[in-house]
Amino acid sequence: MSDVILTLEHISKSFDGKQILEDFNLEIGRNEFVTLLGPSGCGKSTILRIIGGFVRPDAGRVLFEGRDISMLPPEKRNVNTVFQKYSLFPHMSVADNIAFGLKLKKKSTSYINDKIAYALKLVNLEGYDDRDPLSLSGGQQQRVAIARAIVNEPQVLLLDEPLGALDLKLRHEMQRELIKIKKEVGITFLYVTHDQEEALMMSDRIIVMNKGIIQQAGDSKSIYDEPQNAFVADFIGESNIIDGIMVRDLLVNIQGVDFPCVDTGFGENNPVDVVIRPEDLEIMPEGRGYLTGRVISVIFKGAYYEIKVLVDDYEWMIQSVDPAPVGDLVGLTIDPDNIQIMHKPVRDDEEVARDE
Amino acid sequence: MKRLKDIASGIYIGLIGVLLYAPILVLIVLSFNKSRMRVKWEGFTLDWYYELFSNNQIKEALITTVVLALASAAIAVLIGVPGALGIHALRKRPYKAMMTLTNIPLLNADIVTGIALMLWFVHFIPLGFGSVLLAHITFNIPYVILSVLPRVQQMNIATYEASRDLGAGPVYSFFKILLPELVPGIISGFFMAFTMSMDDFVITYFTKGAGVNTLSTMIYGQIRKGIKPEMYALSTLIFLVVSVILIAFNALSDRKKTPKKNIEERI
Repeated sequence: MSDVILTLEHISKSFDGKQILEDFNLEIGRNEFVTLLGPSGCGKSTILRIIGGFVRPDAGRVLFEGRDISMLPPEKRNVNTVFQKYSLFPHMSVADNIAFGLKLKKKSTSYINDKIAYALKLVNLEGYDDRDPLSLSGGQQQRVAIARAIVNEPQVLLLDEPLGALDLKLRHEMQRELIKIKKEVGITFLYVTHDQEEALMMSDRIIVMNKGIIQQAGDSKSIYDEPQNAFVADFIGESNIIDGIMVRDLLVNIQGVDFPCVDTGFGENNPVDVVIRPEDLEIMPEGRGYLTGRVISVIFKGAYYEIKVLVDDYEWMIQSVDPAPVGDLVGLTIDPDNIQIMHKPVRDDEEVARDE
Repeated sequence: MKRLKDIASGIYIGLIGVLLYAPILVLIVLSFNKSRMRVKWEGFTLDWYYELFSNNQIKEALITTVVLALASAAIAVLIGVPGALGIHALRKRPYKAMMTLTNIPLLNADIVTGIALMLWFVHFIPLGFGSVLLAHITFNIPYVILSVLPRVQQMNIATYEASRDLGAGPVYSFFKILLPELVPGIISGFFMAFTMSMDDFVITYFTKGAGVNTLSTMIYGQIRKGIKPEMYALSTLIFLVVSVILIAFNALSDRKKTPKKNIEERI
């Protein structure tokens, strides 16, 4: 990355003796759309608050264009935040909310008015200048919050689960709009969410986190197709994660059957985790395919059927556009490309997250 | 059956109303009575009101009372609001302890508070307007804290952070963003403190020393020499003023509670 705008160096933070972040390092490029993705409590919001200046790290530095800003208060940083919800000033009109930062910077009235008009147009709220923020819907309030941040022309916009409080349909709409806004203003977005679909759809780069540690970083496709450990595989989309033995390069043994695969470098006869996405498994007539099992449930999910097939004592999850009769014996097959081999977890943060 | 129920509830409410307000009504009527005797009606007069306003002693007491109520309520607000903010920031256990300490002056018998304060004051300062003011501030602070604290708890800290984020310093953000959210609580706290101060007799009586009189202590002094009809007039006026404040305040807070209808619009 040649043009780095924001660098986090060896950041550590604990609250009440609980370690939230440990030696966290991240570089963010100019104009990148980076998403921090992870379950709640994984430290993703803390990172945003450290960059915003609301939390001081116990150790480590935050560099903005190479300059250490770790000790600066929030008002002195050239970043702005869109908070999760309800952060509009309730006793000011929409226009006054948007003008807040500009008035503090002593901009001229005509400049401020131009900016308000531009920002409201950007977020599709033209004519809402005099409205009371509390009279707006949740989606509209977040649009105003985005407009209020954008008018200050920050170099980096921090978004802390801004769509978390919205219903599903509105969320999808706002996701598309955020991408549009990002293109239009051309600044860096650092986005925090626990919604993997949202992350996959919007980001240039996704940082998957668990327990304060980066599990995997990469673009949407590589995160989805090549998860590097059981946690990522489980958190991003649905998957079958099963024990396997890497017989040798390009051959893995699952449930006593040898599968050809495309992975190398896992040694010989080593235990590994195998990830197979439900949509990559194919149901064949009995006697064909690698595995044979009994269909134990079929659930219609709208775009596909979710079928469970019991092979020995493992329930395979399969997504298919065709249903299969419950109770029948069927064969399962898979393309070698779609078998993803991972090392066994060495730390607990790499394991599949369980509800505690 | 339903009619019977309506009649019964009407009688019940009427009875409560009579028991509560009949004595005050008698007082108001007597303030317009020509006779000095309480048992005879000898015609309508405003004489007692004239005498009331030409009496310097009463005028002085009235001014003292109002100045005292305004000053003690204002100072209690200045102390109570930061106090409420501080209490809110406490952890659970010290929070509970502080709330108990705040409630004690409210529940404590006035006579105990009055004597205790007097004992302190005679040691350190001369009894007079200053000592009464201090005493009133003391018992007013809990009222301010209790009416501001719910607002503090509802306070949305995200708006403060947003303000900092947009370039405002901590002091500016507090006054411009957080304080306006507390204003309704501050106003009701101020009025509560104001009425409590107006209303107080016992604590004032013990801490006032010679020469200073509020309306209540002055009326008490007069009564010992026999009740004059001016006192009826004065009591009537106080009742009216308090009623007006109360009604205005209720109307005001009613309006606050129902803001402009939320217009939920789908985008």
